[in-house]
Amino acid sequence: MQESAMMLNTTELLAIPLLPLLAAIIVGIFGWALKEKLSHCITSGSVILAALLSVHVFVQVLGGASFYGNFWTWMVSDQFIVPVGMMIDRLTAIMMIVVTIVSACVHIYTIGYMHGDPGYSRFFSYISGFTFSMLVLVMGNNFFTLFFGWEAVGLVSYLLIGFWFKRESAIFASLKAFVVNRVGDFGFLIGVLAIWYYFGSFDYRTVFDMVPAFVEKGMTLSFMGWQMTAITFICLSLFVGAMGKSGQVPLHVWLPDSMEGPTPISALIHAATMVTAGVFMVARCSPMFEYSDTALAAVTLVGAITAWMCATIGLVQNDIKRVIAYSTCSQLGYMFVACGVSAYSIGIFHLMTHAFFKSLLFLAAGSVIHAVMADQDLRRMGQLRKYMPVTYITMLIGALALSGVPPFAGFWSKDLIIEATMVRDMGWVGNFASFAVLSAVFMTAFYTFRMFFLTFHNSDRVPATTKPHVHESPRVITIPLMILAFGALAAGAWGALGLDMANPDVAAGYFGHALFVLDAHNPLMMIAEEGGGDEAWYHFIFTMPFWLAMGGIGLAYAMYFKETAMPAKLAEVAKPLHAFLLNKWYWDELFERTLMLPAQWMGNTLWQKMDLAVIDKGLIHGGIVNSIRVGAARMRQLQTGMVYHYAFAMVIGVFGLLSYLLLKA
Amino acid sequence: MELNNIMNFPILSLSIFLPTLGALVIWLFVRGDRAVRWASLAVSIATFLVTLPLALSFDTSTAHMQFEEFAPWIPTFNVNYQLGVDGISMPFVLLTSLLTIICIVSAWECIQSRVKEYMIAFLVLETTLIGVFCALDAILFYFFWEAMLIPMYLIIGVWGGKNRVYATLKFFLYTLAGSVLMLVAVLVMYFKAGHTFSVLAFMDYPFDFTWQFWLWIAFFVAFAVKVPMWPVHTWLPDAHTEAPTAGSVILAGILLKMGAYGFLRFSLPILPDASQYFVPFMVALSMIAIIYISLVAMMQRDMKRLIAYSSIAHMGFVTLGTFMFSTLALEGAVFGMISHGFVAGALFLCVGVMYDRLHTREIGDYGGVANVMPIFAAVMMLFCMANVALPGASAFVAEALVLLGTFNAHPAAQAAMSVSTKWVAIGAATSVILSACYTLWMYKRVILGDLVKDSVKSMQDMTVREISYFVPLILLVLWLGFYPVPVLNVIHESVTHLVAQATTTKLVAAHALAQAAPILDAVRP
Repeated sequence: MQESAMMLNTTELLAIPLLPLLAAIIVGIFGWALKEKLSHCITSGSVILAALLSVHVFVQVLGGASFYGNFWTWMVSDQFIVPVGMMIDRLTAIMMIVVTIVSACVHIYTIGYMHGDPGYSRFFSYISGFTFSMLVLVMGNNFFTLFFGWEAVGLVSYLLIGFWFKRESAIFASLKAFVVNRVGDFGFLIGVLAIWYYFGSFDYRTVFDMVPAFVEKGMTLSFMGWQMTAITFICLSLFVGAMGKSGQVPLHVWLPDSMEGPTPISALIHAATMVTAGVFMVARCSPMFEYSDTALAAVTLVGAITAWMCATIGLVQNDIKRVIAYSTCSQLGYMFVACGVSAYSIGIFHLMTHAFFKSLLFLAAGSVIHAVMADQDLRRMGQLRKYMPVTYITMLIGALALSGVPPFAGFWSKDLIIEATMVRDMGWVGNFASFAVLSAVFMTAFYTFRMFFLTFHNSDRVPATTKPHVHESPRVITIPLMILAFGALAAGAWGALGLDMANPDVAAGYFGHALFVLDAHNPLMMIAEEGGGDEAWYHFIFTMPFWLAMGGIGLAYAMYFKETAMPAKLAEVAKPLHAFLLNKWYWDELFERTLMLPAQWMGNTLWQKMDLAVIDKGLIHGGIVNSIRVGAARMRQLQTGMVYHYAFAMVIGVFGLLSYLLLKA
Repeated sequence: MELNNIMNFPILSLSIFLPTLGALVIWLFVRGDRAVRWASLAVSIATFLVTLPLALSFDTSTAHMQFEEFAPWIPTFNVNYQLGVDGISMPFVLLTSLLTIICIVSAWECIQSRVKEYMIAFLVLETTLIGVFCALDAILFYFFWEAMLIPMYLIIGVWGGKNRVYATLKFFLYTLAGSVLMLVAVLVMYFKAGHTFSVLAFMDYPFDFTWQFWLWIAFFVAFAVKVPMWPVHTWLPDAHTEAPTAGSVILAGILLKMGAYGFLRFSLPILPDASQYFVPFMVALSMIAIIYISLVAMMQRDMKRLIAYSSIAHMGFVTLGTFMFSTLALEGAVFGMISHGFVAGALFLCVGVMYDRLHTREIGDYGGVANVMPIFAAVMMLFCMANVALPGASAFVAEALVLLGTFNAHPAAQAAMSVSTKWVAIGAATSVILSACYTLWMYKRVILGDLVKDSVKSMQDMTVREISYFVPLILLVLWLGFYPVPVLNVIHESVTHLVAQATTTKLVAAHALAQAAPILDAVRP
């Protein structure tokens, strides 16, 4: 422990995850006896306290403090030790404030949103438990603690997607989310196994310190005839885990379905925090990914495909939450592209800005859904701005931030991702990624404002039965919206100018040594060298992403504000394409036909044909039991009970024996 | 001084025979179902208290047998009453005495006919089970191993479901056929190793490879049936479905462990060279258990059958870990057996709770149980997640250790394999996905969803008695999940010793012995 002079307070650090855990346990076990008010006071209070403590920790970390230490031995056997500990550095600190602040906003929002739901305390117990798990995930100092948090957030996500367990669609979505996530976890687990195998430790510091020397040794392994270095194997395995958790193609299929859960958790878990765990993990492991060009290329490629593909799907969806969900997948793709081109700091920067504006968009969408009697279909909304001004304004801020319009938060981080992608030379992967992130900017702006116009402008399509109920949401809902709107407005400028997150020299900027970039890879440095970084903040006027975003907004304005008849005609003209996008590129159908049904068929066949038919009926009954039965029946026939039969057999036997003995002699 | 007293006191004998003594007293003197229930509960708790000192005063710094007892039994054949436990067997003694209490409480109301006989059967079963784990004499071991069949046969055959006769016969014949070969093997070893039945002496005797080969196969058949391993596993789903709830709990919790325990106690230390030779074979069967059986489990329509198949899959992890010869994998295997005892036991109890209400085990007859039984739904969720091996549950520790130990297998195991054990570990890790599929799909169909069926609407949430036997299981699963260190410490030294035994060839000594044999014969009077 080098920086003992500037160590953070252990009690304070422990309190941050444990307060929400304690609240979750109390409300989880005694929820049935607690009044609504007490349930939300305990959980929200503890999470708000955790948020305040996190901010305090953040301020100390900015002042140069850090923490590294173990508290608990989880498993031990000779040199095999799995500790539970914390590592607090600049990366952790920013994640902590994002998690706790968004969580606190969502807790407050939930008070209004879930009011009167029979599972009220259960819901609060879950989201507090989630906050604990997510904090463990980001604060841990080794891969096992990370895995614990990783699985724990997966569990809470499962429980929350299926929160309304009477709904078939919700419980199906929760099962799907868990299983798809487990496919990712499978990869993650293998990565962890390989880390132990090659490094003999799970500890971040120990492992990362060993990486350069390990790479020198040039250890390789072959998998199905494909040679790769050990570090590539580890990074690719870990990345599979990140793909599962962060909804990257082809493991993205669970994320849009997760919208079956109540809206507050869509904002908290499936937009702001849990789904970004994969990005966090890749950034955390930057000392490993930096040494594997293959893994970096894979991260870039998968991120770019997701960013582009999910944006195309988002263009035509009719469910307000699904539009935002596909946008989340797409934005996560951006973050991975950033990591893939070694701009980890920008990836985390985008993670932070995205957390604010995306949770804002979800909560605003929740406010709308609340107003129109739990209807999520954009086709039955329109002209809502008259009824809900606060939601309207805050959602506009969120939409502008998502589209990347300066000076809103999304602009600062997204613009840098695009620049970094374009400047970094990665062969065809890099070219594709540049194309993908650029064209997705246009689509993002378009679908965001399509949704926005359809909700708040366009024609009034709200059903007459719902009409009387449309109203602005109560203050417990609008206040969190305003807090997050402030974040969506200011987080970008704060991160870039205040915290210096985009410093080309990562070690000199906000992140210090929490992230690691090889100089040869650093795209930010390349941008700076090309002179882009020296320009004043208004240089955006001259960049392509800005005009693409404007174009997207403009097209949405034309189609959904002005010429509202055009979209239907267009859909008619390009019917196959429209159907292809509306059906989400048929990924679900593909998986159903290639994985689900074959697995069920296999299971059934192995059971009916192998276990029951071949083993039980064939071998046991037909083989052993039958041969005993037949054999016994034969033997029984020998015992005829007739004396002359026996006498005859005896004579033959005596004769045989005698001749044998005589011949032998 | 105090410790010495405890060490000299015959705790093992008392733990073995207290249940039977209690059963005798109940048989002779206790009248009335109510009194019988309380008396058996008292006996089982007393037995648990007797076994408790084993854990409390266990010396974790040695691999030697502890609490040893010795008395001649049949001197003519050098058969002895020899008992002792080490870090591998001691946890199972406690597991047995604990699960027996839970079984007796769980049978409180659902067993209404022949209560006395039922309780006596369980107590006698406890005697034989503890006996198996304590016996250090092969004949004594065999005695308990076979004696155990009788009460189990009766429990399934008398208090079981509709097809109980078929299930009991299948169970009985399978296990009996297996153990006959074990008896032959034991007798062979008796004559080879110089007229002794001591398991510890067998461990020291250098069998040559041919003998090891055949002896290993004989033991394999006996143990594989009990584990059970593919393809001799089909008796288990039948036995489980027909057994009464508590019977399933004991079957999954303890009986299955005996087979794997046999591999640890006999095959690995006594026949190390054959064990190494058969590594690829065991790995193949374990992988079949993990992948094939998981797929089969997914398609089951009967909850108990599903959990039975899931047990086979989890035992696949145990046998895989056993034959990797690495300390981690072996610790994971032993830990996995303990953990599985609680988790699978609890899942069977969960099914039992539902069965007591609706008298059906078909998944299709349920749906939306969470609406009427919220506490039960939460409890079952916890154990389902433990079955999926989520971190924080005991099963995760076991699975992680086995996978780590497999990825990083002992060179002796790796040498026997033509592919790297890394790929084996990766293959086994698919259980992460498959276990989630079958466990949570069942949970979804049974517990979640809207209330449609009238029969489900009438279900009542758990009673205090039912909750009372889930609470210790919940605490144990979480305790072992978050703080497995004490148990790992108990296992550690014995497992390290076992690794040394399993990876040290006996062939050199066997060769030397064969060379010396003519000389020995010559000097023999």
